[in-house]
Order: sequence, then structure tokens, then C-alpha cells
Amino acid sequence: MKIIGLNLFRQLILRPLRRDMTRTILTLLSIALGVAVVIAIELSGDAASGSFESSLTTLVGKVDYEITANGGVDERYIAKLASLPVNARFSPVIEQPVLIPGQGSTTLYGIDTIPLTNRDGEASTFDPETFENSVVVSSDLAARLHLKKGDKLLNFTIRSIAPDRNNEWIGIDIAAAQRLLGMYGKLDRIEVFLSSNENGASVERQIRAAIPPSWDVQTPGARSEENRRMLRAFRWNLRILSYISLLVGAFLIYNTIAVSVVRRRTEIGILRALGTSSRGVLLIFLGEATMLGILGSALGIALGRLLAGALVGMISDTVNALFTTSSPGAITLSPAAVLAALFTGTAVAFASALIPAREAARVAPAEAMRRSVVEHETRLHIRRDLIIAAVAAATAVVLCQFGPIDGRPLLGYAATLFAVVATAMAAPAFVTGAIRILRGILRQFGGAPGLIAGRSLVASLARTSVVVTALATAISMMVAVGIMVGSFRETVQVWLDSQIRADIYMRAQGSAAAGIFPPVAAPVEKIVEQTPGVAEIDVFHAFEFRYEGTHATFGAGKMDIVRRRRSLRFLSGNANGILASLRGEDRAIVTEPFADKHHVHVGEVLHIPLGARTVALTVAGIYYDYSSDRGTVLVDRSTLLKYLPDQPFTNIAVYVQPGADAMKVRRDLQFRLRDFPLMIAPNEVLRRAAVEVFDRTFAVTYALEAVAIVVAMLGAANSLLALVLDRRREIGLIRYLGAATGQVRRMILMEAGLLGLLAGSLGLGLGMALSLVLIYVVNKQSFGWTIQFHPPALLLAGALLLVWAVTVLAGVYPARFAARLEPAEVIHEE
Amino acid sequence: MNFVFPISIRDVTKVYPGGVEALRGVSLDCAAGQVTALLGRSGCGKTTLLNLCGAMDFPTAGRVSLAGQVTSSLDDTGLTQLRRHKIGFVFQFFQLLPSLTALENVELPLLLSGAKNTEATAMERLRWVGLEEKSQALPYQLSGGQMQRVAIARALVHDPAILVADEPTGNLDTASGDTILRLIRRAADEFGAAVVIATHSAEAAAFADVRVRMRDGEIEGVVS
Repeated sequence: MKIIGLNLFRQLILRPLRRDMTRTILTLLSIALGVAVVIAIELSGDAASGSFESSLTTLVGKVDYEITANGGVDERYIAKLASLPVNARFSPVIEQPVLIPGQGSTTLYGIDTIPLTNRDGEASTFDPETFENSVVVSSDLAARLHLKKGDKLLNFTIRSIAPDRNNEWIGIDIAAAQRLLGMYGKLDRIEVFLSSNENGASVERQIRAAIPPSWDVQTPGARSEENRRMLRAFRWNLRILSYISLLVGAFLIYNTIAVSVVRRRTEIGILRALGTSSRGVLLIFLGEATMLGILGSALGIALGRLLAGALVGMISDTVNALFTTSSPGAITLSPAAVLAALFTGTAVAFASALIPAREAARVAPAEAMRRSVVEHETRLHIRRDLIIAAVAAATAVVLCQFGPIDGRPLLGYAATLFAVVATAMAAPAFVTGAIRILRGILRQFGGAPGLIAGRSLVASLARTSVVVTALATAISMMVAVGIMVGSFRETVQVWLDSQIRADIYMRAQGSAAAGIFPPVAAPVEKIVEQTPGVAEIDVFHAFEFRYEGTHATFGAGKMDIVRRRRSLRFLSGNANGILASLRGEDRAIVTEPFADKHHVHVGEVLHIPLGARTVALTVAGIYYDYSSDRGTVLVDRSTLLKYLPDQPFTNIAVYVQPGADAMKVRRDLQFRLRDFPLMIAPNEVLRRAAVEVFDRTFAVTYALEAVAIVVAMLGAANSLLALVLDRRREIGLIRYLGAATGQVRRMILMEAGLLGLLAGSLGLGLGMALSLVLIYVVNKQSFGWTIQFHPPALLLAGALLLVWAVTVLAGVYPARFAARLEPAEVIHEE
Repeated sequence: MNFVFPISIRDVTKVYPGGVEALRGVSLDCAAGQVTALLGRSGCGKTTLLNLCGAMDFPTAGRVSLAGQVTSSLDDTGLTQLRRHKIGFVFQFFQLLPSLTALENVELPLLLSGAKNTEATAMERLRWVGLEEKSQALPYQLSGGQMQRVAIARALVHDPAILVADEPTGNLDTASGDTILRLIRRAADEFGAAVVIATHSAEAAAFADVRVRMRDGEIEGVVS
């Protein structure tokens, strides 16, 4: 019985798959690409977010606790902690970006060089005698800069190269680091190393008692966990986008199996007559899908690993620009990931094949129906399908009304899925209706090829609608994401116009990643103020702080200048009044993402630890801000300095006097500040850089869309080829009736063009609807940003035209195949 | 004056790849207005000879002249033009395009050749086969006999010099078969087409002016 089953599988499935090798390869590629994108996003996301563990581990061993404080840790507490009766070592740490002239920035670690062996007693990487003037560099940085022991770097001598292949850093003595960065008396954190016999909880209690209550004591794992939590929404959005390719692939598997069933209907009828059970037939076709799923997924895993290598840099850029500092870790393809990908790809293939396989199993023994009857039945279901489409669309609208679940827009994602279902169910009606409208034009301008092209698409309605839906889904995602990104870009541009009003901006050189605010030396403020042509300056302080377990930015500026010079937009209330109320008061304004994330309302009081105290700040207003998803709390400079008098500033905005030459002033500033490592940029450079960061952020999104479109194109080529193979007798016939090979080619290309046109129109409609879900539900619930709706019409038109052209291109091979068919052979096939 | 047969076949041999010799030294002339029936068992070479008569295949040796043109001297465009303007086909399984109406099926050869007034001409032929009222029906809505009548209207829509019919009654009941044979006879009489029919049926043979009996790729005998 088993052998008979295998024989049947070989004859009914394997042999045709081998015979139609091109189609088989196209189908496999569709699944492979779908799976590849999913696994690539997972692997590259893991790599980009999995490296929060400080590289210091390489340098000093495993840390048990970290002591941090908003605005930095006062180094005097080291002595107090060291006197505690605990078996632990306390190590001061500075971790800041530093610029290597001409080579970009890298992370600088300042550490205590005295206890230079780790607690397990292993030999240290450093030589304590000479460490004061020496540095250790990671092997990764050494390889990039071709450095070796004894070379000079930042006026230090390289004493050692520490093996760390995934991170670039420099390690120097803490005192040298404080001198280099001008952070006298300040530390970024204190690291605690426990002896192996020490009780962690007891030490933590004693530490807490010794430090100001506003400081934090946490394990390094908790910090990584916080970072991962912060990235969760971002990664979820990428993940969902990656599933689109798989969804498009699912439509194509459905189509492949459906074609398989239609083409082998006669054989199925004969097999059933000869005693094969309907369950047997069902299993044979599900077997085909499973086999394609396994092979495609295996290929997809290999492709995905390659793709992950290309994506990790892009994702890492976004993570650094918007969320938190991290350097990409190694890409690890774990057995669990392989199994998950295999399972997902195969399960999707299996599920997609269920409907056509069940149809095959239902073929009555003596039934060797003509396809026209089957297709006619499909047409009769149009009304029922339209009702389902309406219900699905209504469900999507209802789902959009709910808030996030556990911080994730799960119902928003579900709404997009329902919208796709609604489109799929409406596709047959749409195809029939559209071709009815186009019929006259097709015949008028396309002659006989036009007439047949339109009709045969309607005649193969079941198949045509699946292809149109697959293609439309991919296009709709392109349109939706295009509108979302375009709207976001426009919103950000308008916001930048209102925010970047000063003529010159300054900050310390080095990385500009989220959460990194290198301080500017104090004398700079005076020098800038005294420079001829400078009207006034806004000095801004920023640092990272923790609020309710997540990272955010604390900022302080001169609010009277902000009020006069910039135009902050608030969700409600009068901007002038709100900003005027901040001066010198314990009042703050917060960004929209901050308010959204922490459910903060105007009038509420925020308790924020500043230095050794916890300050109660009343929220005076919530303002629109698109600089980071982390959220910002902003106070007047005088308020900050009241609690943290030594807090260094991080940015300066310079307004030049009316009539003064901004370029000349900038040159003058560059000359006067030549001894300070500063980045001095004119207004337009800053603005351009902001837009570049934005564009880089969405590069991954575009890459994912491109893959979904490629999958859909493969599907279009595959389906057109199936249509040609299925209709080869018809094609042979029209050659008998006097069609030239050119006319046959034109006919298939017209079908491809029509498919593209139908899918493009449907995709545009669905995409518009999905863009609203993305903008007002998914994005808002994920990141808290309000985006104004600005569809980029020209860009969309160009993209749609390109997709249409590529669809026509996908018809070239099937068209050539059709033209090469031998009419005398195919006409007598039945 | 030289009299030119619409179909003139001289010493034709056809060998298929693999060495199967389907025709051996066959010569045959079919006159305008004359119905020629090719008779014989399956595999005797009828379909091969029919394909040569329809410019759908080339001989391995010998000469096939259709409507005054030697097929082996024509390229793909020349053959397409020949089929488009001079030859009509009728098949055993009707071969109508399922997605086109009866009228559109008849109109198709005219559309392919870029002719004018296609709809009126097609309607005229549908009327000629008695199916004017079925012009908007799709093939699955027609009976076998009606489908074959539509196929005959399609084969004659461009006034071909040659009408090739492969078992035109093979898939029909007796009454429908008779109707089809009468239409084919009228096609020869009224349009002056040289008609070649491959058939197993004695009734079909009875309608023919010339009966060519074939066996193992050769012409065994010709009865006028």
C-alpha cells in the first residue's frame, strides 16, 4: 500500500515537477525567498541587538553589578564603597565615544588600572607599570587601523591588543580618560565584582545604603534586557514586514498546487476510478506542498544567512540612530533557528495547499471535467466571496479602534491581515469587473491577442485572482510603507524646519548615536559668546536617564531662547505660555513618545532622580518630537543647574546677528575653538544629516519590500508559465487559425501587462488603506509618533510603473515559451 | 492554360525523429469544390497527410504545393500568411476557445489577419451554419453538434481555398454528424474550397467526391 502511494506520488507529482522544471524552480525560489527574509531579519536583528553586553567583559572580566546615576556618578563614592565590609571590588568606569583623527569614532573605556587581575586570578592584559601612558585596543580596531604593539594612538602607546573580533574599543587608565574627556571627578558608572563566596543580595543591600537613593544598582543583564525591550517594537515591525514575503509566497504555493490539481484532474479521476481513496489523493497533493516547503525552506535558510550578513549593518545603523548604542554582534545560525525556519516554511506551504488539495480529493471517480466548468463555479461564488470580503474589511476597521496589547500593536497587525483577506476575497469580482470594463479597449487596441488575453484571464479566474492577490499584496506593502515613510519624512522635514533655526550648531566630535551625549568643555561657552557676529547662544545639556525601567533623554536648554527662536508644537495648550512657565521652575515638557510610553498627561508630576536627589517635575506640556523613540524630558537650564551644578553641556546653538555673515562667523569659531574637539556645522548640514539618518533608517524597510516584490514577480512568471502550459492546446489552435508567433508572444505579454495593471490597481487601493493602519495605529502604538498623512504621489507613481514594467518583463519567458510551442503537436495532445 | 490544384502533393515522404516513416512516396491532387476523404486505420498516415495539407508540417522528401505555394520554400511568416488566408481547419474535438463567445470564435481568424468588418462577416458565417441566435453563447453552453457548426463557420470565415477536417464527425451522434457533413459538402459547393477529410466513418466517405484509401503510409487506392 505504501509502495503504491509512493509510486503514485512519483507519477502524479514528481514526474510533472521534473517535466516543468522552470516552474518548479520558480516555486522553490518563491518559498526560499520568503523564508530567507524571515530568517535574515531574525538573525540580523539578534546580531544588531544582541551585543549590549559591554566589551569591558573582555577587558576586566564578568561584572556582577553596575552603579549608575543620572548625570553621572560622583567618583568620591568609590572610597565610601571600598570601605564597606564586603568581599567585593569596586571599579570606576568611563565609557564614551572618542574620535580618532581621520579614522572615525570608537568607544573609549577608562578603567582603574591598579587591580589588574580579574577575580579568578588570571593574568591581566595590561602591564600596570606603564598603563598610565599606554592603551590597550581591541583586535577588531587594531585590524581596521593596522595597529600593532608599540604604535602610537591618541598620544598613548599601544601596550597590548585584546582579542575581541566583534567590537572596536580603546581601554585607558581612568585618570587619563577623565583628563582626555574633561570629566574631572565624574564617572559613567561603578562596576562591582563579587568574590565567589560573597552573597549578592546582601552586598546589593549594603551598596544601596551607602549611595544616594536616586542612584541605581542593577545587574548588567538587566541593562541588556532593557535595551532589548526598547528594541522590541522596532524588531516586531521588521518581523511583520518580513512575513509579508512569506505571505506572498503562501499565495504562490496555493497557486502552484491549484495548477497542479487542475492540470491533473483527468489523472485524478482515473486514479479514483481505479480505487485510490480521496484521502490518498489529498495526501499526495499535501505531500507535494510539504516537499516543496521543505526544499524551499532549506534553500531559504542558506539564502537567509547570506542576507542577514547584508542586513545587519543596516539594522545596526537604525538601532544606533534611534534607540541605543550597540555594536553588531556575530550572526549565529542556531539549530533552533534552522528548525523554526524549516517548520515555518513547510507549515505555510502545507496550509496554503489545503484548499486545492481538498478540491483534488473531491474529484468524483468518473469526473474528468473540463476546466471551464470549474472556473464557472468560481465565478458563481463571487457574491459569497464579496460578502466575506466586506466582513473582513469591517473587522479590520473595528480592530484598528483598540489600543496596544503589552505595548505592541497586535490588533493593528491583525487588521492588516484582515485587510489582505478582504482584498483576496474581493479579487475575483475585481478581475471580472475590470476586464469587463477594459474589454472594448483591449479588443480595439490589442486586436485578437488583446481579446484573447483579457478573456483567458477571466476564464482562469481562480488562478488569476490568486496571482493578482499575491502581486497586489506585495505592491500594497510597497505602497503602504512608501506612504508611511513619505509621510513620516515630510512630517520630519516640517519639524526640522521649525526646530533647526539656529545658524550654527556645535557638539563634541564623535559618534552621534542615540543615548550618547559627549560633553563639551566648559570654556567653549564663553569663547562662543564673545565671538564677533554672534547674537546669542542656546546652551543645551543632554544625558541619558532611566525612567520606569527604560532609557530616556533628559535635556535642558534656555527656554526663553527656545520660546523666541524655535516653534515647538504642543499637542495642546499655548506654546508661549507653556515655555514661559518653565523658567527656573520644577516644571518640564515631555515629548510625545515619552508621554505615550509612560502614559503621562499634562499636570502630572514626574519623580526624576537628578544627582543625589529625586526631583518632582510637573509636566507643563507635551510636544511633538521626532528625534528619537526614547522620549525626552526637557527643563529650563536654570532648573537643571539648580540640581546638577556641574553638569557639562553637550550642544550649542548659535544665532548670528542680523546682517552678519554666518559662514564667516563659523570660520571664526572654528579658529577660536581649534583646541577643542568639536563638530561645528551650519544649519543646512545638520538638517541634511538628520534627513540622511532618517533615510538610512528606512533602508531595511525598502530592502524587505524589494524582496516581497521579487517574490511576487517570480510568482507572476510562474503563473503565466502555468497559464501557457495549461493553455498550450489553445495556443496551438490559434496558430492553426493564422496567428503569427509575434501575435502569440504579444498575447502573453498583454496578459502579463494586464495582471500587472490589475494587481497594481488593487495593490494601490489596499496599500492606501494599509498606510492609514501603519500611520495611525501600528506606528503610533509602537513608537508614539504622530505622523501627518502626506502620500508621495510622484514616487508612488514611479514605483508602480516600475513594478508594472517588471511584471511585463516576467512575461517574457512564458511568452517566448508559448511562441515556440509546436501547434501540430499540442493540438492532438488530448 | 495550366490548371492549378489548390492541393498538390508529389512523391512525399515523411519520417519523424526516431525513424518512424509516416508517409512513403505519396502523391495526391485535390481540386477546388471537390471533397476528398482520406480513409484507413489509425496510424496509416491520414493525420500526417492532413497536417501537410494544412501547412502545419513539412515533408521529409517530395513537394507539397498549397494554393500555388510550395510549403518547403516558405518561412514562418509565409506559412502563417498561407494558413491565415487560404486554409480553414475543422477538428474532431471542435477546439473552440472556451473563453470566447461563438461569434468571437468565428471572428478570430479575421482578427488575427487584421481584416475589416470582422463582426459582420463572422455573423454572416454563423447565420450560414444556422447558429445566429447562439452568437453570444460560450462554448460550454453549446451542444457538441453546435460547437462543430461554430468550428465550421470559423474555418470558412475567410473564404479559404482549402478546408482541412480531421474526423469532423468522430465525436458526434449520427444526426449531428449528418448535419456537419452536409455543411462540409455545401462548403465545397458554395465556396469552391478544396476539402480534405480524414475519417473512419463510412457515412463521411459517402459524402466525398474522391475516396483515398491509405495503408502503412502509402496510398492503397483512389476511388472517384
